[in-house]
Amino acid sequence: MLNVDDILETIGMIREENLDIRTITMGISLFDCVSDDGDRLCGKIYDKITRRAERLVAVGEEISRDYGVPIVNKRVSVTPVSLVGGALPPEGYLKIAKTLQKAADATGVNFIGGFSALVHKGMTVGDRNLIAAIPEALAGTELVCSSVNVATTKAGINMDAVRLMGETIKKTAYLTREQNSIGCAKLVVFANVPEDNPFMAGAFHGVGEADGAINVGVSGPGVVAAAIRRAGDCDLSALADVIKKTAFKITRVGQLVAGEAAARLGVPFGIVDLSLAPTPAVGDSVAEILEEMGLTSCGAHGTTAALAMLNDAVKKGGVMASSHVGGLSGAFIPVSEDAGMIAAVERGALSMEKLEAMTAVCSVGLDMIAVPGDTPEAVICGIIADEIAIGVVNCKTTAVRLIPAWGKKQGDTVDFGGLLGSAPVMGLSSYSPARFIGRGGRIPAPIHSLKN
Amino acid sequence: MKAVITVTGKDTVGIIADVSALCAKHGANIQEITQSVLSEYFAMIMLVDIDGLDTPFAAFAEELAAMGGKRGLDARAMHEDIFNTMHHV
Repeated sequence: MLNVDDILETIGMIREENLDIRTITMGISLFDCVSDDGDRLCGKIYDKITRRAERLVAVGEEISRDYGVPIVNKRVSVTPVSLVGGALPPEGYLKIAKTLQKAADATGVNFIGGFSALVHKGMTVGDRNLIAAIPEALAGTELVCSSVNVATTKAGINMDAVRLMGETIKKTAYLTREQNSIGCAKLVVFANVPEDNPFMAGAFHGVGEADGAINVGVSGPGVVAAAIRRAGDCDLSALADVIKKTAFKITRVGQLVAGEAAARLGVPFGIVDLSLAPTPAVGDSVAEILEEMGLTSCGAHGTTAALAMLNDAVKKGGVMASSHVGGLSGAFIPVSEDAGMIAAVERGALSMEKLEAMTAVCSVGLDMIAVPGDTPEAVICGIIADEIAIGVVNCKTTAVRLIPAWGKKQGDTVDFGGLLGSAPVMGLSSYSPARFIGRGGRIPAPIHSLKN
Repeated sequence: MKAVITVTGKDTVGIIADVSALCAKHGANIQEITQSVLSEYFAMIMLVDIDGLDTPFAAFAEELAAMGGKRGLDARAMHEDIFNTMHHV
C-alpha cells in the first residue's frame, strides 16, 4: 500500500501549504485564421478559440476534483497577434483585441494572452500598429494580455522598441487611471521571451509551436518554505537538497495534471513550467522562502545569493520530474503578488536596485512594481533597457511589468485585487537617461551570442 | 481505478463506520485501511476500488467531504495516482 506518511505529506501540502496547479494554459495557433478582411479574420479567430477551448475550463475542474488538487487558472494563449493581423489597418488590431475578450468570455477562461509582437530586431508595419493599439486594447478589455519582446541575446536590444514601450506603458497607465492603471498589469516587455510560457501576462503561442499545446504552470512557494522550516539549521548543501526534493514532488503533480489535461482535451502536451509562483495569500510567498533560508527580511544583503540557490535548486529538482520543461521555470519575484515582498518594501528593506540585482538570478524580471504616476517616459525606458540588458547579456529571459500608477506618489499603495494583489509605490532615481534613450537604434548582440 | 480516502481531525466515535457506510452505499470496495490516533488527532487512510462506483467520482468525493465537514473533520477522496507520481520515481 501507499506509505501513510507520503499520503499525509501530500494532503498537508494541499491543505496547509497552498500547493496548487497555478494554470493550465492551452496554446492555440491562429495562423490558419489569417485573412485580409478584418471581420472574416475576427470571425475565424473567435470560432477557432471557442471550438478548441470549449471544454478547457470543465476539464480543468474535473481533473481538480479527481486528484483533489486545486487548479487555480485555466487560460488560453494564441499566436502573437501582430503576425496574423499584418494585413489589417491600425484599427483592425482593436477589433482583434475585442474578439479575444469575447472568446475568453465564451470559454470562461480567466485570461487570454497573445496580443503580442516580436520586435527584437526590427518592427514591421503590423508590429507598429499592434503596439500603437495596446493602450486602448488593454483599457477596452478585461482579460486580454499583451507582451512585446524587444531583445534577444542573438539579436541585441531594439532600443527604438524600448522607447516605444515606455510611451505605451505611460499611455496604458493613463487610459486605465480610474482602475489604478491596471492596464499595465496586463502588459510585459521581454528579452529572450519563451514561446511556451503558460503564465500571464506574458503567455503566447510561439511561431515554432504545433497547432495546439497544453502547457501547465505549477506553484508551491508555501510548500518549499515549509520544507525549509522543517529542515532546521542544516548547512546550505543540505538545504539545496531539501529544495530539490520538494520541487521534484511539486513538479510531478504538474506533469500528472498536464498529461491528464492533454489526454482528456485531445491536445498534445507541451511543457511543464516549474515555477514557484507566489500569490498575495499568507504562506504563498517567495520572499518568505528567502527569509526561511535565514534572512531577516527579503532585500537584506545575501538576498541575491539565496535567490540564486533557490532558483537553481528548483530547476534541478523539477527537471527530472517532467518529460518536457519549458516556459519561465524558476522563482518569480513579483512585488504586488507576494505578501512577503510587499512587507519587505513597506519596511524599507527592499529597494528597486536590489530587485534589479535579484532579477539576474530569478526566472523572470521586474514584475508588478508600482512606480510614481509622474515618472517620465525616459525613466521607464531606462528601467526597461537595464532589465533587458541583464537578460541579453546573461542569456536568460528577463521582463518588465511596471505600473506607473496614475496620480500616485512614492509611499502610496495601489490595490489591484485578486491574484494581482496590491503594491506599495516605489521610489526611483531622479536622474534622467533621456539623451541615451533618445538615441534610438539597436544595442548590438553581445560577443558571446556568436556561438556557431 | 483506485482512490485514497483520507480523514483527519479530532477523534470521535464512529468515523470509520460512517465512511464505510458511504463506501458501501455507492459501491466503493474497501481494499486496505489504516488509522492512527495521536493525542486525540485522528488520521485514517483507506484505499478503495472505485470501478463499481454508482455515482461520478467527483460527486462521491463531495459527499464524503460534506460528511466529514459535519463532524469537523477533513475528509478527502483523491485518485491514487497523485500519491504515486509524487512519491515514487
